[in-house]
Amino acid sequence: MAGALDPIHQFQIVPLIGEGTFAFTNSAAYMALTVVLITGFLMIGTSARTLVPGRLQSLAEMSYEFVAGTVRQTSGDGGMKFFPLVFSLFMFVLFANLIGLIPYTFTVTSHIIVTFALSMVVMLTVVIYGFAKHGTHFLHLFVPSGVPGYILPLVAAIEVISFLSRPISLSVRLFANMLAGHITLKVFAGFVTMLSASLGGVGLALGVLPLILAIGITALEFLVAFLQAYVFTLLACMYLNDALHPGH
Amino acid sequence: MTETAGPAGTIILAQAEHATPAETHAGTEAHGGGHGGGGAFPPFDSSTFAGQILWLAIFFGLLYLLMSKVAIPRVANIVEGRAERIAGDLAEARRLRAESKAAGEAYEKALADARSKAQTIASETRERVSKEADDNRKRTEAELNAKLEAAAAQIGATKAQALSNVRVIAVDAASAIVERLAGASAPAAEIERAVDASLAR
Repeated sequence: MAGALDPIHQFQIVPLIGEGTFAFTNSAAYMALTVVLITGFLMIGTSARTLVPGRLQSLAEMSYEFVAGTVRQTSGDGGMKFFPLVFSLFMFVLFANLIGLIPYTFTVTSHIIVTFALSMVVMLTVVIYGFAKHGTHFLHLFVPSGVPGYILPLVAAIEVISFLSRPISLSVRLFANMLAGHITLKVFAGFVTMLSASLGGVGLALGVLPLILAIGITALEFLVAFLQAYVFTLLACMYLNDALHPGH
Repeated sequence: MTETAGPAGTIILAQAEHATPAETHAGTEAHGGGHGGGGAFPPFDSSTFAGQILWLAIFFGLLYLLMSKVAIPRVANIVEGRAERIAGDLAEARRLRAESKAAGEAYEKALADARSKAQTIASETRERVSKEADDNRKRTEAELNAKLEAAAAQIGATKAQALSNVRVIAVDAASAIVERLAGASAPAAEIERAVDASLAR
């Protein structure tokens, strides 16, 4: 009973196939499921190729145009060369978040190492592309123009620190939202069973309150799942824009 | 109620406490027996990091490949295909409209041509007809004038004839009258002279 009510249990990583560090775990299985679902969604959605889209095709086109619109807005048409990366990031985070909302599933994005690795993909892309495209001019990112010489070292230091903290804030934001949301859901859902188990009929009646809350939080979590995927994508686009236009 | 709710509360508090990497081990020890699974707070259990990164690299790499090589071109194809189709349809509609406009103009022009041609024909016919009527009239007038003159000449001739007959008759009548009254005939020359004198009067 304690195991069933433990709100941390859902984040446990269990090896499914193989042993040791690189065993195929439940986390890996859900990553695979995420990839399969995204690909299946897009392939089935676009299989009809009708002029007037059906529901699934409409969704597939909508997700494409939504991400394309975000990329164009934040980094212009030049940013479209990063579109496959940004689209993959958005779909991966969104689907991982949404799959995690199904009870008894594992949420890939509730592990900081996963979100950190995803944000490092963005940051490494920015750094590598920035230096490859602009050479040392990329360092102008840290030296804003029009700043008086005597405070320039200070400003440059702040810019460097803010640049280095980007992957951390990007990954912690997503991870913390997913983690906190799932713990909250589990705790409130746990109250329902605990109340009815200990107080019988009265507890069952009282349990309606946390149940209503759990329902409300579930709805909120759907919003958070989408919103965090969008925020992650939007920030990734803004950072990638720095690689395209390092000058402020 | 408080007895059963208590442990759950402490569990939550305990997790809240060791939600930072530094405290992972303390949390493990305090919490170890709680869920039997053992180990640190899962998201901060560094022993799973390498495996997760590996599998993430594999599956995210796979996703990137699938998206960039297959899915995105497919969706883009549809979206752009639709945009092209719409643009094409619009161009076609524009072309057809221009064509129908040209056809309308051609019709108007043909109509105007036909109308002006009809007017030309009408006026030509009118002129021709009135000219013919004129000619006819002139010819008839000339004929009538000729006939009139001929008639007048005949009348003149007849009149002269009649006048000469009158003189012969008058001479005859005068000689007869003189013979009857006088009982003797008068010389013819004298009678003719008297008749001529009275005719001339």
